[in-house]
This record gives sequence, structure tokens and C-alpha cells, in this order.
Amino acid sequence: MRIKLRITFILNGLETDVDVAPDRRVVDVLREDIGLTGTKESCGAGDCGACTILVDGESRLACLMLAAQLQGRRITTIEGLTPEKSLHRLQRAFVENGGVQCGFCTPGMVLAAVDLLQKNPNPTRRQIREGLAGNLCRCTGYQHIVDSVESAAEEVRNKESL
Amino acid sequence: MREVFLPRTVEELWDIMDNFPDAVLYAGGTDLLVQMRAGHTNPSHLVCLERVEALHGVRDEGDDVLIGAATTHSGLLENPLIRKEFPILAKGLGLLGSPPIRHMGTIGGNIVTASPAGDSLPPLYVLEAEVEIRSRTQMRRLPLKDFILGPNMVVLNEGEVLMGVWLRKQPRWNIHHYEKVGRRKAQACAIASMAGLLKISDSGIIESARLAWGSVGPTVATSAEAERNLIGQPLTLETLERAAMLVEASVSPIDDIRASAEYRRAVSGALLLRLLDYSPPFLERCNA
Repeated sequence: MRIKLRITFILNGLETDVDVAPDRRVVDVLREDIGLTGTKESCGAGDCGACTILVDGESRLACLMLAAQLQGRRITTIEGLTPEKSLHRLQRAFVENGGVQCGFCTPGMVLAAVDLLQKNPNPTRRQIREGLAGNLCRCTGYQHIVDSVESAAEEVRNKESL
Repeated sequence: MREVFLPRTVEELWDIMDNFPDAVLYAGGTDLLVQMRAGHTNPSHLVCLERVEALHGVRDEGDDVLIGAATTHSGLLENPLIRKEFPILAKGLGLLGSPPIRHMGTIGGNIVTASPAGDSLPPLYVLEAEVEIRSRTQMRRLPLKDFILGPNMVVLNEGEVLMGVWLRKQPRWNIHHYEKVGRRKAQACAIASMAGLLKISDSGIIESARLAWGSVGPTVATSAEAERNLIGQPLTLETLERAAMLVEASVSPIDDIRASAEYRRAVSGALLLRLLDYSPPFLERCNA
């Protein structure tokens, strides 16, 4: 018998109910049950950061969270960073600075960078590297990724909020 | 498929553990969920401790500090009391995993997983941490070094939970050092690591020392002999080299995918030499 649980949480600003097995991984709930495939999975073991999401505003790994843990939380995936068809400041910075190559690591990179800039809007390059240390880019496009975050941070400093 | 319980109070936790004695507890999930996915373990029921209020936070108890077992590594890193009183623990946790892992993983999880490479463990050993264990009816407290028996092996009886970690404030130390050698800087399991607390006099004489190594034995390694050898000596390369030989002879590393036993033995001694960075003549040269 398959046990299912009704789980209620805020997903990208919208109150959401899902009926899922409580031990289903959050990355599977997001990608397969809800159809939000922006969250990627690569290693499935917490090493690569491709499945990074924001839980109550803080970066976590959707491959190491179970569905039951979603109850009552506020989840942001790459799809919910800004309203549809618009780009977040960080996403635009990735486009403008060549921070995207194959793109697989990009959603996780962007969300890790959102978390970093929320905590430290004025990071050094070293602090950016440390902030993104949990996200692997197999295209090895790290310099441009750090450039992207640096340029978004500069924009934030010169303007208003993230 | 299995149930996942999310108790909010310790009472609820005892009830779940009574009803499902085979249930496995986890907090951050950064170890258990990886083990499950790899097929190494297949618990019938899971209990996630992330919402048990009593397991969270840092409490100042005068001479002592109590850290709730489900406090995350990032929670501790951001805590002013931890940064002020136990900088060596903050140094270890700052090198643990990556930002999302530190947002999820907890100090209690690092202890109960009892990996010889756990980055909180050498700092907790030199700080002489004690653990608080509770069951529904009993409470006991014991030194961390007696709680950890080996990889993944701790002294937890059925119905018992690691509630927290007690640390005594120790203002006497003036050197707080932690270094980890891994295959890369972030997300790396230690090949070898060392925590060192030293008290040196104004003239550079070592008055007391406490040292612990990670990843060079089945649990954290200590060397009372090396510590004794340092006392009363000036903090010089010769002093450290003598003690390093004792360390290399006392550790019991293994070969694994990350490094050979021979390399680990050499690194465990070499890590001690790094303490020279704190010697007054060296610091003067740096400041000149």
C-alpha cells in the first residue's frame, strides 16, 4: 500500500497542495509531480548543487529533503524568482556576462547567488566563490559565473534591493 | 514507502519512538538520505527532528554553553556567542561542506554520524565537549570522546536521543587553530585535519596545549604524549617537529579513495608545524 499525505506549502508565492508519499524527495515532487523542471538533479547526494532551492529564503538541496518537510514552508524555485517572462537581476547578469554555457547548473547557481547577496550585498570575489562553493559547473565556466554575480551585486549597490 | 514524522515537541518525539521503535531519526538529512539512496539502509519509519523546538539554539549558562543538537552549522556560524567563545568550532564549521549543506546539516548529526572526517569533531574534542542524552525517563551526560566509538557508532541505547552539546568557556587559550587538507577546498571530505588550542606566554613559551586530528583513525585521534612534549617549550619549528614525530607514530590512518595511509600519516605531523604561524617572531615578520 502506498501512503499518501496532503502537504500544504507556499510554492513561488502560491499556496499549493500536493498528495504525495511523505518520503518522496522534494526534487521529484517539484519536477515530476508539479512539473517545474527548472530545478535540476545531477548527483542526488548533496555534492553538486544542481537541485538548489530556497526554503524560507535560504538555499537548500531538494535532493536531500523529503516531501513531508515541505509542510508549511515557503519554497522558491528558479521559476518563481520573478513573474513569468521577466528576468531577475541575477539572471540578466548571467546572460550579459556569459555566465551560462550548457545551463544545467544555472538555476542552482542563480539561487545560491540570491542567498549569498541577501546575506552579503557587497561580496569580494573570494566571498562569491565561497558562496557558490556548493554548486558545480561541469563546463567550468566559473570565471564568468563569478563575474555575473559581481556585476549583479554592483547593480544592487547602485540601485535598490535585490 | 514509509512514514515521515515531524514532531514539534519532545513529548511527541517520545510517543513516536514508543510506537515505532525501529524508526530512524535524522535532522538535516545530509548523511542519512544519501545512505538511503545508495541502498545502504532502508528504515521502516523516519523521524525528522528539524522542528523540535527544544533541540534548537545556543544557550548561555554562565560558565557553560548548551548547543541544541538540531542547530544547523550555519546557525552556529552566525551565533555571536559561538564566534566569541569557541572560535575553533566556527573555524571547523566554516570548512564543512558548502553553504546549502551548512544550512541543512546539524551539529548533532555530525556527532551521531561519527565520521572520522566530521569537521566539527576535532574542535569539539579539544574543547572537551560533553553530550546530553535523554530518553523519556532518563538523562545522562558524558564526554564526547566516550560517546563516539567508531565510524557511525555511538553509545545511544534504544529510546535515547542526543539532545545537545555542552561546552565549557575556556578564556585561557590564545591560539585557536583548525586546518583541513582535502582534495579541494569546498565540499571535500577531510584527508586529514587538525584542531589545536594553545596557550603561549608573552615570551613565546607553550604553557598548555590540546590537539586533535580528524581522518587519521577510526575516530578523532588525540596525542597526550605530543601535548606533554610541547609544554614548557618555545613555539619554534624544532619544538613542533619533535612533537610531530610523536604524532606520526601514534595515528592509525587507512588507505581509501582520497589518500593513502602513508600520506595521511605524513600530513598529520605536518599539520602541527602550521602552528608556527602563531609564533611571536613569525607574527612580527608578517606585520613588518
